Amino acid sequence: MLAQFAGVVAILVLAFVVAAGMLIAHRLLGPSRVFDEKQEPFECGERQIVSPHQRFSVKFYVVAILFIIFDVEAVFLYPWGALFRDLGLFGLVEMASFVAVLVVGFVYVWKKGALEW
Amino acid sequence: MPELGVILKLLFLVLVVMGALLPVITWVERKQSAVMQDRIGANRADILGIRLIGLLHPLADVLKLFGKEDVVPLGANRWMHLVAPVIALVPGIITLAVVPFAGVYDFGGGPISMVAADLDWGMLYVFAVGSIATYGTVIAGWSSNSNWGLLGSLRGSAQMISYEVTMGLSLVGLFMCFNSLKLQEIAQAQDATFRVFGFLEAFGWVHALPRWLSFVKLPMWGIVLQPLGFILFLTCIMAENKRPPFDVPEGESEIVAGYHMEYSGMRFGLFYTAEFLEIPVIAMIVTTLFLGGWTIPWFSTQKIIGALNGTIGVGAATGLCLILHVLSFFLKVIVMIWLQMQIRWTLPRFRYDQVMDLCWKIMLPLSLANVFVTGIVILGIERLYR
Amino acid sequence: MSTGAFLFYLFAAVAILASLGMVLNIRNTVASAMSLVVAMISLGAIYVLLEAYLVAAIQIMVYAGAIVVLFLFVVMLLNLRSDVFPVARSRLPKIFGIVLSGWGLFVFLRLLRGTLPAVSPAPEGYGGFRELGKALFTRYVLPFEATSFLLLAAIVGAVILAKRRID
Repeated sequence: MLAQFAGVVAILVLAFVVAAGMLIAHRLLGPSRVFDEKQEPFECGERQIVSPHQRFSVKFYVVAILFIIFDVEAVFLYPWGALFRDLGLFGLVEMASFVAVLVVGFVYVWKKGALEW
Repeated sequence: MPELGVILKLLFLVLVVMGALLPVITWVERKQSAVMQDRIGANRADILGIRLIGLLHPLADVLKLFGKEDVVPLGANRWMHLVAPVIALVPGIITLAVVPFAGVYDFGGGPISMVAADLDWGMLYVFAVGSIATYGTVIAGWSSNSNWGLLGSLRGSAQMISYEVTMGLSLVGLFMCFNSLKLQEIAQAQDATFRVFGFLEAFGWVHALPRWLSFVKLPMWGIVLQPLGFILFLTCIMAENKRPPFDVPEGESEIVAGYHMEYSGMRFGLFYTAEFLEIPVIAMIVTTLFLGGWTIPWFSTQKIIGALNGTIGVGAATGLCLILHVLSFFLKVIVMIWLQMQIRWTLPRFRYDQVMDLCWKIMLPLSLANVFVTGIVILGIERLYR
Repeated sequence: MSTGAFLFYLFAAVAILASLGMVLNIRNTVASAMSLVVAMISLGAIYVLLEAYLVAAIQIMVYAGAIVVLFLFVVMLLNLRSDVFPVARSRLPKIFGIVLSGWGLFVFLRLLRGTLPAVSPAPEGYGGFRELGKALFTRYVLPFEATSFLLLAAIVGAVILAKRRID
């Protein structure tokens, strides 16, 4: 059973070796001349006035929650899609009622203006 | 020894993608933009005056990246700054494990499937791996202590998670058609044709039409069965790659370079590689799902082997068929790469609210509708032929 | 040791180390969240070893890929810097934690002493999406449909909580 994952393990190792190899080779070959002005974060020729660690719009948070909810819905849909031929009409009605409830929520979100940017 | 076969398949695929396609794509990107903007384009890099129509540019890129310094900005989180480009690159590479670049062949020792990891739930693997890629973007901008970087990573992550949902939903219709989540099975199911007007027979109307109509056959490709799904999926997966017209996370005119702006040297090189590596990976996934994968339209595997084995024997016929399928697969992949380049250089960048509206207000409802319309049509066809 | 057992111990060790990293990295909340991602992914790998492939995919897609993104956004939204990190005032969590870990230790020690019952190998395709999906969409229709109402409540809750801020 585990044999089918040999390829996954091999390519994982390969991917990390490629990434680490590029970084290590650069560390060995690339130049390194450190001085304070160069290490400053880029800011259009100015010193940084505002710290980047500040609060940002709550909209990103709303999008993340909506993403989780619809991701859970999608996760139910993948196996359902592959099993659809076996489930037949029953499956279609079942999933339609499941999605219909979520569409109500989606319409609510839309009407409330949470999707406006 | 099965492990050797797995390693060989992987090495073949990774070498073709990273050794051949990746450098050529960076060249094509420059050359195509030059052609479309009526310039001469990439032709300056040379070795002793030999320019090879600009094909040496990828080599110059690598040399230049090695000559640059890794600058870690003041106040950055050093570990996270180092890890972010690795997280960005790894998902793109490991997706290759489940891509079938040819079919299933029997050389006498049992069927051999030309996939490194022939997972039953291959598409779930692709989604799971893709969902990890978001962290590369978030961590890159956050860790570098830069206002522009943070803005870019926020935009990027919100865009990537939004399009991830629609990307999954747009494929459900395809899973329903092919009854599988396994990429090799989906590709094999497309190794067939169907009669376009066959359904008329079920209605008994066939005599009213000219006879040749009943011989019109189309390959059973995903793009034929799910045209809307194809458009939605291609749009979503291009948005996941954050290239124009979806490059708001790195929009140069607003936020300088976005989430990877405090990266230089090979760390930037990893982001650059990830972006360009994802182009062939996307092309491969789209080809496998919608363009019939390795299949040759109208010439199914049995037909090819059956036509050839009389003259050259079964083993040689199977081998020839394998080579034809690999060529067919990469031909389609190159067409998909070209299509992505064409889109990238044709459309200007969307505004951020347009990107989000397109995803949530247009594509999400459309992809849900696609699922249920597909379901009704499949049930209708099954009823018709019972 | 078989390959499966070796991989199990490997991923279990990674999961434990990552969980410790999550708890101990309290001053750097983003690093803490990233440790949580690693823990989630190694749990996914353990599910794969148990041949629960659908659960493994969901574990990585939903937990590692979605929920921790939300955590990251919350961390970045609230901007918990090390200097303003709130100190817990109530003793209740500590007492609860001690009781819970004591219980965990007790169960663990009991398990070490006893012998595990013999297990028969899972039937073919046991944890694959086909078997699990069939059970979910036929036998457990009602819980499945009820899930949609749970998700609906989550949508409404998210909008109400956020709207107060947007307006």
